[in-house]
Amino acid sequence: MQELNKRNMETKKDSIIDQLTQKPWDPAQVKIDNSHEGKTFNLHVGKLGLRYLMIVSTIMFCLFIVTYGDRMIYDDWVKMPEPFLLWINTFILFVSSIIFIRIQIASKKNQFKKAKRDLILVGFLALVFLIGQFLVWQNMVDKGYYVYGSPANAYFYLFTALHGLHLLGGLVYWVMTIRKVWNINDINIRKAKHTIELCSIYWHFLLAVWIVLFGLMLFT
Amino acid sequence: MFVVLLVLIVILGSVVFHMVSPWWWSEIASNWVGMDDTIILTFWITGAVFVAIGLFMAYCIWKFRYDKDKKAEYEPENSKLEWTLTILTTIGVIALLAPGLIVWNNFVTVPKGAYEIEVVGQQWGWMYRLPGKDGVLGTTSIKNIDDDNPFGLNTDDPYSLDDVLVDADDLHILLDRPLKLNLRALDVLHDFYVPQFRAKMDMVPGTITYYWFTPIKTGEYEILCAEYCGTGHYAMLGYVYVDEQKEYDEWVDEQMTFEEVLASNGKSDLIKIALNKKNDL
Amino acid sequence: MAADSYEDVVKNKESIPALEVAPQDLYHAKSFWTKYIFCQDAKVIGIQYGLTAVAIGLVGLVSSWLMRMQIAFPGLIPMDAAQYYQLVTMHGMIMVVYLLTALFLGGFGNYLIPLMVGARDMVFPYVNMVSFWVFFLAVIILASSYFVPGGPTGAGWTLYPPQAITSGTPGGDGLGIVLMLVSLAVFVIGFTMGGLNYVITVLQARTRGMTLMRLPLTVWGIFTATVLALFAFPALFVAGIMMTLDNMLGTSFFMPAIIQFGEKLTHEGGSPILFQHLFWFFGHPEVYIVALPAFGIVSDLISVHARKNIFGYRMMVWAIVIIGGLSFVVWAHHMYVAGMNPWFGFFFATTTLIIAVPTAIKVYNWVLTLWRGNIKLTLPMLFSIAFIITFVNGGLTGLFLGNVAVDVPLSDTYFVVAHFHMVMGIAPVLVILGSVYHWFPLITGRFLNERLGKIHFWVTFIGSYSIYFPMHYLGFMGVTRRYFEVFEGEAFTYSITGINQFITVAALVTGAAQFLFIYNIIVSSKFGKKAGKNPWKACSLEWRTKDVPPTHGNFDKELPVVYRWAYDYSVPGADEDYITQDTPPSAVANARAEQT
Repeated sequence: MQELNKRNMETKKDSIIDQLTQKPWDPAQVKIDNSHEGKTFNLHVGKLGLRYLMIVSTIMFCLFIVTYGDRMIYDDWVKMPEPFLLWINTFILFVSSIIFIRIQIASKKNQFKKAKRDLILVGFLALVFLIGQFLVWQNMVDKGYYVYGSPANAYFYLFTALHGLHLLGGLVYWVMTIRKVWNINDINIRKAKHTIELCSIYWHFLLAVWIVLFGLMLFT
Repeated sequence: MFVVLLVLIVILGSVVFHMVSPWWWSEIASNWVGMDDTIILTFWITGAVFVAIGLFMAYCIWKFRYDKDKKAEYEPENSKLEWTLTILTTIGVIALLAPGLIVWNNFVTVPKGAYEIEVVGQQWGWMYRLPGKDGVLGTTSIKNIDDDNPFGLNTDDPYSLDDVLVDADDLHILLDRPLKLNLRALDVLHDFYVPQFRAKMDMVPGTITYYWFTPIKTGEYEILCAEYCGTGHYAMLGYVYVDEQKEYDEWVDEQMTFEEVLASNGKSDLIKIALNKKNDL
Repeated sequence: MAADSYEDVVKNKESIPALEVAPQDLYHAKSFWTKYIFCQDAKVIGIQYGLTAVAIGLVGLVSSWLMRMQIAFPGLIPMDAAQYYQLVTMHGMIMVVYLLTALFLGGFGNYLIPLMVGARDMVFPYVNMVSFWVFFLAVIILASSYFVPGGPTGAGWTLYPPQAITSGTPGGDGLGIVLMLVSLAVFVIGFTMGGLNYVITVLQARTRGMTLMRLPLTVWGIFTATVLALFAFPALFVAGIMMTLDNMLGTSFFMPAIIQFGEKLTHEGGSPILFQHLFWFFGHPEVYIVALPAFGIVSDLISVHARKNIFGYRMMVWAIVIIGGLSFVVWAHHMYVAGMNPWFGFFFATTTLIIAVPTAIKVYNWVLTLWRGNIKLTLPMLFSIAFIITFVNGGLTGLFLGNVAVDVPLSDTYFVVAHFHMVMGIAPVLVILGSVYHWFPLITGRFLNERLGKIHFWVTFIGSYSIYFPMHYLGFMGVTRRYFEVFEGEAFTYSITGINQFITVAALVTGAAQFLFIYNIIVSSKFGKKAGKNPWKACSLEWRTKDVPPTHGNFDKELPVVYRWAYDYSVPGADEDYITQDTPPSAVANARAEQT
């Protein structure tokens, strides 16, 4: 068994270049390949899927940021004020991530009652965040900072809207997560742990995106 | 057999079509012969490749037709052959790229002493502006555009007073003199293109783009807008006349300068302001 | 199933245990709705994508006929300039995005990937099902733009601002452009969900023994194309969102200060060239998203029907990957005359001509596969031969356009139109047609009618070549594209009326031949000659299902185990001229390749 594992580990260690320069018709290679397990990564498909989605999102935000950087060097850039509410919202997101870490720890220990309670809390916080963002918008509009006013305004609304939409999407997955731990007597432990982990990674991702966007807007 | 025949007809027919085709470019009327020459070179190289691959394929289809008593060769790869072909292809690519980049370098390097004309494009016609006696084009802004000032010239810019304004689709230019066209679009993208001059560049609102060329033949040449600009794109036409010095001067004299336009509109006070600025300089 | 030790089993060479499928809850449909409408079986989803793509594709095809009629016989079909440009725009967008991309990735990808990698289905079947309905929604939104006041957008498939959102362009100041942009955004979301499945299934759900290098090139092509989509679609999404905001909320991402028809608009400070950068950062990989699956599929078609392994498999894989990577650094060759910094021209001309090298290698390898092959001139093979000719033609004209100085006179002329139709319209479509003839026996258990097929083939090949080959010469003359009225310009050395009419007639005839094909499909699916299992004697796993057509779950109780690469054709010493991937070594003891 140990030898088998070693062999498996050896094949897994093949870099992408190694893998793509193999000669599949070569009899020596054939012997090695025949016991291949059909996986390229040692990752669960759910995790890989989440990474895929995070990559797509990251590229999208990066492109927006690049155009932002391109635009802000022109003379007509008018800075926006920094509403205090935005800082509070950031803090709420931060707290959500911390609670999610608590959820992850609880689920590792199979303490699903705790996890469920904290999940409800996180959902509530996410809603508060979204409402808070909306209030910031109203605040800005009241002060006369319309979306078409200056490019800085436009980007502000754009960034917050996209981030908020991503959070809404996360809430959809949150519903699926909480369903898995809702009925304490009927929990599929493996699935619940898996879904909780994916949900929390996504939440941390959204926090990271927000920090970058918020930081970018703060410094310009 | 039939298949082989038709493949040969397609390949060789394409070559024959190329040789007898009456549809070919017009005689070049500018200095950009380099573009035409690079195209010819590309034709030779790509044509050779097209014919070679086509003929080889026709041969294979004929020679290696299915025979149930035969088996195909089992050769997963032949590294030497593949690398050889790669290197040959790379050489071919370099042979195309090098002359092309030299021509491009010339295209983006405006020669000293080129005179300038501004082309203004808007849906769906052309206007032109010459720098006038001071040799400098005045600055403009979209904000200034109105019925009295269709070119949007800054009235407090002293260089703008003597700019010659041509509010018509037709332009006259000088024979054998390198000309830099400054391209300004007022509303959407356009492109000032004369097939016989070969050169073109999009006109982008918000910026001024340019290209240069030297006309080498007198004549009358049609302008085609070459960047989609809405429903009237196909109707955005005009003429460029390549003149000798005498005819050109006559044409310029017939046009009005900005100062004359302002005066005819009763805006003499603006003229006074601009002239004062000029004196200050 | 369980042996004493894994080492013993492997030594035996005989019974390598099949991969145990981790309980992938394959949802077994029971009702009509879950069997045919909201089905999670990738094969059904693939057919749904295919049918939807073809349906909207027919709208695109008819649009092209109307356009050609206007060009060659103006007045015969009453049409004004606005309507012409609407046809031009919808034709382009439908064909590139909603037909070709959807068909290759959603149609072929869904049907073939799980089968060829030896999986029971995609890894996220529910998401896969939803992805189709999101695509369907995108098509509905696009189609709805025909029915709004002002009609669909007429901005050209490239949707350049400022004209796309101004009143001088059809749909620019109405819902037309908005619906187009929303439809594209929905499309991107749908294809992210689908792409998730294609990529991860190929990476993680292969059966035992299926290494990456044992995959058929069809999978490599579609897989790489999907990875490209992963990186490229966000750029389209970003451009679309920003343009929608410019249009609906008055922002100025792309809109500089302009004066239009005497009216100063409120925008200022934006850059139209920024849109072009974003659009082509998507747009160039997009054409490879269409081309790479075609490359992969045609490699397999040639291989099977020439009874010979694809020549230089490793180089073919590398070429696909390198082309995919390079496709991200060539985008501004669509912008040589856009007014960008001239120094970019040097860079992009170089990268563009570099990408010609791996592409050329693929062409050599296809042709070298025919060399010393044992070629059966079946319909898939005929279409593959036609592909090679048209792709070489179209690819070589790309070398004209990629060389920046040569692009200056040729840009925005019919040379460009001829080039991209040849290389993206004709060549990949020939592959699609050929692959339908190839996989029809798998999907339905019957052959398509041979005689009808031959007529369809010759008319399509010769017809489409006759449309686009002469068109290049219009470009050399300087005939500009996107002109509603094509006039006899003084710069044109010869009359263009006759040649335009010839092209139009060729287009109509070629188009008509496709209805012969559709008729063939409909009739043969019921009455076609029965094909039996693996009628082409191919090696790859999609022919090794328990049932033909394959049912939900694809394979038998145990998944196949793969013992060889996908191209063991005409192996010396073997009895037959093919050995399927799941044939164990002991069953072909004489084959030279087995002797270790």
